[in-house]
Amino acid sequence: MEWETVIGLEIHAQLATKSKIFSGSSTAYGAEPNTQASLVDLGMPGVLPVLNKEAVHMAVKFGLAIDAHLAPRSVFARKNYFYPDLPKGYQISQYELPIVGIGHMDIELEDGSIKRIGVTRAHLEEDAGKSLHEDFQGQTGIDLNRAGTPLLEIVSEPDMRNAKEAVAYMKKLHALVRYLGVCDGNMQEGSFRCDANVSVRRPGQPFGTRAEIKNLNSFRFIERAINHEVERQIDIIESGGTVVQETRLYDPDRNETRSMRSKEDANDYRYFPDPDLLPVEITPEFIASVRATLPELPEAKKQRFITQYSLSTYDADMLTQSRDVADYFEAVAQGCGDAKLAANWVNGDLSAALNRTGIEIANAPVAADAFAGLLKRILDNTISGKIAKEVFDAMWNGEGDADSVIDKKGLKQITDTGAIEAMIDEIIAANPKQTEEYRAGKDKLFGFFVGAAMKASKGKANPEQVNAILKQKLAG
Amino acid sequence: MAISEAEVRKVAHLARLAMTEDSVEAYTRNLSNILDLVAQMEAVDTDGVVPMAHPLDMTQRLREDVVTETNHREAYQAVAPETEDGLYLVPKVIE
Repeated sequence: MEWETVIGLEIHAQLATKSKIFSGSSTAYGAEPNTQASLVDLGMPGVLPVLNKEAVHMAVKFGLAIDAHLAPRSVFARKNYFYPDLPKGYQISQYELPIVGIGHMDIELEDGSIKRIGVTRAHLEEDAGKSLHEDFQGQTGIDLNRAGTPLLEIVSEPDMRNAKEAVAYMKKLHALVRYLGVCDGNMQEGSFRCDANVSVRRPGQPFGTRAEIKNLNSFRFIERAINHEVERQIDIIESGGTVVQETRLYDPDRNETRSMRSKEDANDYRYFPDPDLLPVEITPEFIASVRATLPELPEAKKQRFITQYSLSTYDADMLTQSRDVADYFEAVAQGCGDAKLAANWVNGDLSAALNRTGIEIANAPVAADAFAGLLKRILDNTISGKIAKEVFDAMWNGEGDADSVIDKKGLKQITDTGAIEAMIDEIIAANPKQTEEYRAGKDKLFGFFVGAAMKASKGKANPEQVNAILKQKLAG
Repeated sequence: MAISEAEVRKVAHLARLAMTEDSVEAYTRNLSNILDLVAQMEAVDTDGVVPMAHPLDMTQRLREDVVTETNHREAYQAVAPETEDGLYLVPKVIE
């Protein structure tokens, strides 16, 4: 019998503000423990939260990007639970009236078709601190630097039907928040975290009981964790058991999920409006001012690259994965005047060099204008594409710009017809046997002569000229 | 009774409030009285009334995104029962 998987995702995106959501503490990552925890973050008596304007701005920006309904009036609520890394005994979140209402994201499936995934809501909330359970005998260490960091929790509809769709949605969202500049997307540092609600059912039947898998912090893990969880649930049901609603933690080392705690009823959090905070009003003027800061979004950019630069869908897709790559490409394309060549090189040698060295494109040792300078030398026949790879490597290693590398290493292409002719005459004279065979009809030997000419010129002879002159001379 | 003793015990536990055994009955009675009053208020027709999120009829003021706090860890940790390497120490909690 067939099973259908149902997946909904809750994604926590840490907003890229300088200060916390309700206090003036820094949100910088990696500081000494508790040096960025103020009285507000520590939940001391008598303090009051004051909402960060930028966090509201970013939430609205995100809402506009997913075509969502924006609440003209949204309310902060207290989510009550006890845990030592939550000093106040409640998390300030939003419950009934979130700032971002229903929206949607379109994902591309493997067969190329488009599927729309509903976004139920996105709300502002504060992050908790960190508990360190190791290192202290019988005790837990608490670091509250992260407490009060602004989060946007983005909740999807249960619209995904397999792990691949979940990954596609998460990747799309990841690219979007980075495009918008509202989240740095750093998954290692926990800036972008995902919880997955997974259940199985017979097609056409009501939803099955779901399990929530916590803290999936890589695209690879989320796919494996969901697939594992689906198998676990099917095994339980097929052997006559029932799935319990609970929170499970994914263990990447063992590739399994294990029970963490029974998910308490939502009511047990006893949400109520936070009396310390007034309702947040979003005016049409505010929305208009945010809309004016919206950058071109990935999908629109991709379509523009296809029409404006005549790129293939594949190239355009690769180049719009991140805003930095897209900006770099555009600068190179405009700098050298040949978009297709720019796309090939950015997706090819540059991308390979970045992957090899683990460097981000924004810090690439060859900047976009220098890169355009290199491609110009291919276009004006100063060097061949093959020699350009050598020049690129030298530029990457800091040996100067394209022109000085070409000059220093003497890589300028030989285009002097007389010189190429003289060289080819020598090659033909030195290889009488091959020449005779070629003339007798062994066409394959043409490659041998091209190779000999390129070798003799150390790769610098213009390949088109070599071909043309060889053809003519060998014809006898 | 609008609320049972079991519910009172559960709410007290969720709020981490200690209740002596002989006070449970009194709390249940008093809370029930309050809830009975709420039940009377529920008879009022509130269609079209926006639920009140705050008694003040104002909207939230926003602050600029500027770091204004400096590190006062030593002063704050002076009142903590136990600290180590800059961390607050609490009895071990693990799920």
